[in-house]
Amino acid sequence: MSDLFRVEGLSKQFGGLAVSRDISLSLPEGERLALIGPNGAGKTTFVNLVTGQLKPSAGRVFLNGQDVTGLGAVQRVRRGLVRTFQVTRLFSEMTPEEHVTLTILQREGRANRVFARFRGDSAVGGEVEGILATLGLLDVARRRVGEIAYGQQRLLEIAIALALKPKVLLLDEPAAGVPSTDTPRIERALEQLPPSLAVLMIEHDMDLVFRFARRVVVLAAGEVIFQGLPAEVAADDRVREAYLGSYAHARRVA
Amino acid sequence: MQTLAQTQPVAMPQPKRAWWRDIVGVALIAAVGLAGYWLFPDNLALLTRVIAMALLALSIDLLVGYCGIATLGQAALFGAGAYAAGIACVNGITEPFTLVLIGAVAGSLAGLVMGVVMLRASHGLPQLVLSIAIVQLFHEAANKASAWTGGSDGLAGLSPAALFGVFEFDLWGRTAYLFGLGLLLTVFIVLKFVVRSPFGMLCRGIKEDPVRVGAMGAFVFPVLLKMFMISGSVAGIGGALAAISTQVVGLDSVSFELSANALVMLVLGGIGTLYGALVGTVIFMGFEHVVSSINPFHWMTLVGVLLIVMVLFAPRGLTGLMETYTGLKLGKRGGRA
Amino acid sequence: MQTIISIAVDALTYGMALFVICIGLSLTMGLMRLVNLAHGAFAMIGGYIASYAARDLGLWYGFAVLLAILGTVLIAIPLERFLFRRIYGAPQLTQVLMTIGITFCIIGITNYLFGPTLKTIPLPRGLAEPVDIGFRTIAAHRLFVLVCGIVVAGGLWSLIERTAFGVKLRAAVDNAAMTSALGVRTEVVYAVSFALAVGLGALGGVIGAEFLPVEPYYALRYMVTFLVVVSVGGAGSIPGAVLACLLLGAVDTTGRYLMPDFGNFFFYAAVILIVCLFPRGLLGRA
Repeated sequence: MSDLFRVEGLSKQFGGLAVSRDISLSLPEGERLALIGPNGAGKTTFVNLVTGQLKPSAGRVFLNGQDVTGLGAVQRVRRGLVRTFQVTRLFSEMTPEEHVTLTILQREGRANRVFARFRGDSAVGGEVEGILATLGLLDVARRRVGEIAYGQQRLLEIAIALALKPKVLLLDEPAAGVPSTDTPRIERALEQLPPSLAVLMIEHDMDLVFRFARRVVVLAAGEVIFQGLPAEVAADDRVREAYLGSYAHARRVA
Repeated sequence: MQTLAQTQPVAMPQPKRAWWRDIVGVALIAAVGLAGYWLFPDNLALLTRVIAMALLALSIDLLVGYCGIATLGQAALFGAGAYAAGIACVNGITEPFTLVLIGAVAGSLAGLVMGVVMLRASHGLPQLVLSIAIVQLFHEAANKASAWTGGSDGLAGLSPAALFGVFEFDLWGRTAYLFGLGLLLTVFIVLKFVVRSPFGMLCRGIKEDPVRVGAMGAFVFPVLLKMFMISGSVAGIGGALAAISTQVVGLDSVSFELSANALVMLVLGGIGTLYGALVGTVIFMGFEHVVSSINPFHWMTLVGVLLIVMVLFAPRGLTGLMETYTGLKLGKRGGRA
Repeated sequence: MQTIISIAVDALTYGMALFVICIGLSLTMGLMRLVNLAHGAFAMIGGYIASYAARDLGLWYGFAVLLAILGTVLIAIPLERFLFRRIYGAPQLTQVLMTIGITFCIIGITNYLFGPTLKTIPLPRGLAEPVDIGFRTIAAHRLFVLVCGIVVAGGLWSLIERTAFGVKLRAAVDNAAMTSALGVRTEVVYAVSFALAVGLGALGGVIGAEFLPVEPYYALRYMVTFLVVVSVGGAGSIPGAVLACLLLGAVDTTGRYLMPDFGNFFFYAAVILIVCLFPRGLLGRA
């Protein structure tokens, strides 16, 4: 029961179609878990079930031992379950500094204040600078997000998540769409995540998965077909079937 | 382990000082306002009307420009303020500041109602339709409650007490105009703080991406509802000013036409900067005064052409054009609404 | 009993007239994603042309109706080419502003040309007389409106669901890029649908003139009514539009009969209720 985060028998059906079937997994403190699976395996649905964007048809989600299945997305964030987005969702007219400042103010319950200065607090300013420094975003801190490189936007996604001081972090394809020259920066950012943080990463890039993850879960057709060490994944028959099956069964052309 | 901070020892650039621009801006508004007082002593009633409309346009800007909520029913809030102040005045509460306060409270309550209804729909068109339906409903209600509102004859016989107990609201509208100018400046300065506050930033965030704001752990609905109330109080102050200065409240102060006109003024000036609301209102009403005295239908054609031209060639309004050509930034704005 | 039947007949015919005017707007909004607040202005142009043809030139009613439709479409084509085409896919506020602008222009110009008076469209004798339908008599014009509504609904439905053009239109709406990659000229599809919508609006403006009199501020006065009807029905849905028109026609007519003092109160209360419960309209597309 010491697991920081746990899902039990999570299922979701759209109409008659089951897109998630009886998914169970758990993350202790400091876990680095990668969730992989071929296209259409139900990864996005799983993310939405975990974050509270979708209500599951069955199953439960626990955070810190508490059942949060009935809670909405915002409540889960407030309890420490934070996500990043596969396609960056940032405020294109704001600067990275403003993003992180707003996030910290919100974490402290001060973002709703009408008669307060946005940049008034030096403690907040220091924390913002610290987070942006860790992610190497200081030099663009006061540029509009619409003007900075996509790789930097991806890093800002992580910066916002960190500013919420999460217990569990769900990274939805953190390197998606980033040019390969910039992936090392993302990777370094991932290495620097707080050690106690439980991280669940969804990722396509297998190099990144192998370097980052201590444990791998493979999802196919809405089901967990493998849980284990990264080194064992490639040898597993069911995983090979899930990934290569469609090619093996297809008729040879020429 | 080497951190990125060590590899890139770049300090965060210092924030640009924006406050002196706001002081210049406010001083400019005051100067233009006072110039109007000296230059057009015979048109002070019209100029006061311009100020009331500017407050209405400002209140729309708070919703459209800072939250991305399009509304064609803002006059419901303006009218709520006007009728509340008018009814209070007829019933013996005649102190001008109290009347404005009553207008602001009534406006923000109406804003609360409007917000609760409009925010039930999550996206553009249903919200727009709801806003129209609400202003029409308010219109019908004001028409029906003629015992209170005077119905279609309007609520007449307002006689507000002297300002500070000294300055009577005179026939030429001098007191009313200066009173209005003072209100406008106060509201403008307060709103400048509001849009720069954490709350204002959160609203801008919601305008761009409510899902992201939710993922930051903030509930969207209460934030928007709060902005509806702030917007309502600004519109209500405008309505109260109109009631005090003209000493009548007509059904036209709660109408779809007024809402649409105010939105047009805002768009003309530029959405998302508070200055735009003022610039647009002054220019629009100035032209209206000149052209529609010649022929009201020419005026409609002209406004129509103006709107089409703005949409096609200057979607950011006059202030947007000014920023483009002078490089002077009047304020942060979100993308096009 | 007599009152109930009168209300029902009035509500039904008023709803049908509303339907003929609004269905074009529903198509542009649902299928082309264009919030066209100038739709009422096109209905008004139709009314003006018909009035000019039938009253001032003394032409036959049917010919005046035809002229109204053709004339309005003719006016709308250049507007579509130069103005509307630029705002397909634009944010809704942009569309609203542009089409309000067009409405203002049309009102200003129409009144400059025709003067600010109410325009009547004289009915031919056949339509002006009451007709006995067994259990009671009913004005022939109302029957005519009813038939028009049914024909328009049926014709449109088969056009969209049963013809090659309908297939192209629905495809263009779902995925414009793919459809044009397949060789369909989407601008042409859009232009034709727009002309169709405007033509129906003009027809509605003429036959509905008994209920919504053609006057200088017509386009502005009923702009809201039309928009509201379409949102309630669900943009792009023909059955939805029928349902909304009949429902709102009934609410409005009943309200006016039973509680004339309350004017549009019940109409807008019903609108708020329905839009809150069904944000996409009664039968709207997801």
